[in-house]
Amino acid sequence: MSETIWLIPLIPLLSSVTLMLFGSRFKALQIGALGVGSVGIAALLTLLLAAEFMQNQQVIQLSLWTWMEVAGFAPGISFYFDGLTLVMMSVITGVGFLIHLFSTEFMEKDPSYARYFAYLNMFVAAMLVLVMADNLLLLYLGWEGVGVCSYLLVGFWYQHNANGHAARKAFIVTRIGDTAMALGLLLLFTELGTLDIQTMVGEANQTWQVGDTVPLIACLLLVCGAVGKSAQLPLHTWLPDAMAGPTPVSALIHAATMVTAGVYLIARTHGLFLLAPTAMTVVAVIGITTSLMAAFTALMQTDIKRILAYSTISQIGYMFLALGVGAWSAGIFHLMTHAFFKALLFLGSGAIIHCLHHEHNIFKMGGLRTKMPVTFWSFMIGSAALAALPMTSGFFSKDQILLQAYQLPDIGPGLWMAGLLGALLTAIYSFRLVFVVFFGKANTEPDKDTGWRMAVPLSVLCFLAMVGGWFMIPVTEVFPAGDGSHPAHWVEYVSISVPIFGVLIAYLIFYSGRLKIDGLANSALGKSLGQFWLSGWGIDWLYDRLFVRPYYGLANLLKGEPVDAIYGFIVALNQTFNHWLSVAQSGRMRWYLASMVAGLILVITLAANLSVGVL
Amino acid sequence: MDGLNIPLNHILLVSSLLFAIGMLGLMIRRNIIFILMSLEVMLNAAALAFVAAGAHWGQPDGQIVFMLILTVAAAEVAVGLGLVLQVQKRFKTLDMDHANRMQG
Repeated sequence: MSETIWLIPLIPLLSSVTLMLFGSRFKALQIGALGVGSVGIAALLTLLLAAEFMQNQQVIQLSLWTWMEVAGFAPGISFYFDGLTLVMMSVITGVGFLIHLFSTEFMEKDPSYARYFAYLNMFVAAMLVLVMADNLLLLYLGWEGVGVCSYLLVGFWYQHNANGHAARKAFIVTRIGDTAMALGLLLLFTELGTLDIQTMVGEANQTWQVGDTVPLIACLLLVCGAVGKSAQLPLHTWLPDAMAGPTPVSALIHAATMVTAGVYLIARTHGLFLLAPTAMTVVAVIGITTSLMAAFTALMQTDIKRILAYSTISQIGYMFLALGVGAWSAGIFHLMTHAFFKALLFLGSGAIIHCLHHEHNIFKMGGLRTKMPVTFWSFMIGSAALAALPMTSGFFSKDQILLQAYQLPDIGPGLWMAGLLGALLTAIYSFRLVFVVFFGKANTEPDKDTGWRMAVPLSVLCFLAMVGGWFMIPVTEVFPAGDGSHPAHWVEYVSISVPIFGVLIAYLIFYSGRLKIDGLANSALGKSLGQFWLSGWGIDWLYDRLFVRPYYGLANLLKGEPVDAIYGFIVALNQTFNHWLSVAQSGRMRWYLASMVAGLILVITLAANLSVGVL
Repeated sequence: MDGLNIPLNHILLVSSLLFAIGMLGLMIRRNIIFILMSLEVMLNAAALAFVAAGAHWGQPDGQIVFMLILTVAAAEVAVGLGLVLQVQKRFKTLDMDHANRMQG
């Protein structure tokens, strides 16, 4: 098995190429079988690999061939496989397979069925390359590959202008981070002479001391890339708009896998970050700030997918917090559980949207509890896990993060308290969603219930979201072990009770109506604050004024090509003269003659005058 | 010098007048036949000036040039009448203002 791990990304890639070339000739059933089957085989192979890894704990390093060789720089197409890779691969192929299966029903009426699966398979292949890469350059290839697939899938329904706009925004904003990341790679290569992750980290530990400037700069550049990809402040604005894509795409790319690539990158290069404690603090602060900002924004959204999008931003903020405080395995653990419950929530919202005539506004839903039972239970379990209620998967991972954050000296308790506030908000907004959509009076009648191809992935993900917290992820070998100390028990109790309190608040406001917030919401301050949160803290507005409009203004100015105006003027002048002269060319002989005579008279008169003067 | 002695100036004046009349005809006439005739008038005006000048200076050159002009005029008429035929054939008219395809 260890010799054939290259098959795992290759199979979805082959399927994608086949669908791109011959997709239009296939029947829908064949397309579905190819698209889902290829990822299914990849998932099976990953399962076999996992079984083998659990037995012998063997790290695999497989070099296929040298990609290029220039002046001592020879990155290979080579894979590296350890516990961290295994976790990522399991999430990508496992959750990916379920989402592919879900898509066959969600997209069955779409005329571009083959194109959809071609892109989706391509994405899975690129994402696998990203996590399996042995060197940062190959990782970057996968990194850009998933970016392209994200662009293609966000703009999948390109007939609407807004979708194309969202796709471009997603691509351009992440590109800003990617540029910084490319600079980071160049810096690392010039300083260390290699991009192989394992060798590089070893070299770095020999070359630099903890707290040196160069690793700090390199780490910050890598963080910029991670921030763009994982939609953290200040580059998070693309993710809510990326919801323009089909909902299973949001589940796969914008919740479970691609947006967590930044977390993976930092976890994979944690050896470098340990040399730059400042960079780690930056990561933690970015994480917690983003988490709170997105949680407040999610409270006010009315579009079901935007709520989930801001919730994703918020949860990735927790992962960044975990990475920043050195809780590497807790961060990766939260990545995995988040992939389960957020994919579940997104697929559940996809089922609602699918059965409710593409309705996105939660206040136009309601009373769906009895009409769509599978979806209701999916949402209950998913929201419970998202809110980190005890015994769900999200509880274990978020609890680990918060406890480890608390133990950090100086800023630890502050981070912990901010994290708790985020957890409270998470519980409120996720159960606001549940109560508004599934309880109360029905505003829109669903025209169908979910079919088996939707129900099966939802049920499996329900199971995973419930028990995912009991999985032991095999990353103890990858990351440095913590000191194993635990904070006081009261810290733990507070961490557990806060989400329950949040659910209670949501219940009182949105279900029983016992807690009246209308007065508060309608006051001047409440209104402006609500508007501020609804707009995502005005960051889109700010970027629009700061970057987009000046850029458009400049583009408009340059569209007229002001430099070319000089040459254009010369051309116009010549054309005017030409026009005048061509009027004289009338084709009438008598006119020519008259002009000739007039000219002759003029010349003779002049000559006569001159000769008089001379004589 | 016998006979009528006309001052050179008078002859040159007549010649100039003839030339001007020919040129005026050339400019205001649209019929190609009249244009050719006006041209003849102009040629003859020039020829008259040569002859008068030759007589005035007592040189034969003026008359020689007159012979030359006569020949040129004959040749020109031959070509001109050919053109007249072509114009008539192509445009079904002798109005030269209709033959203005070379404009622009």
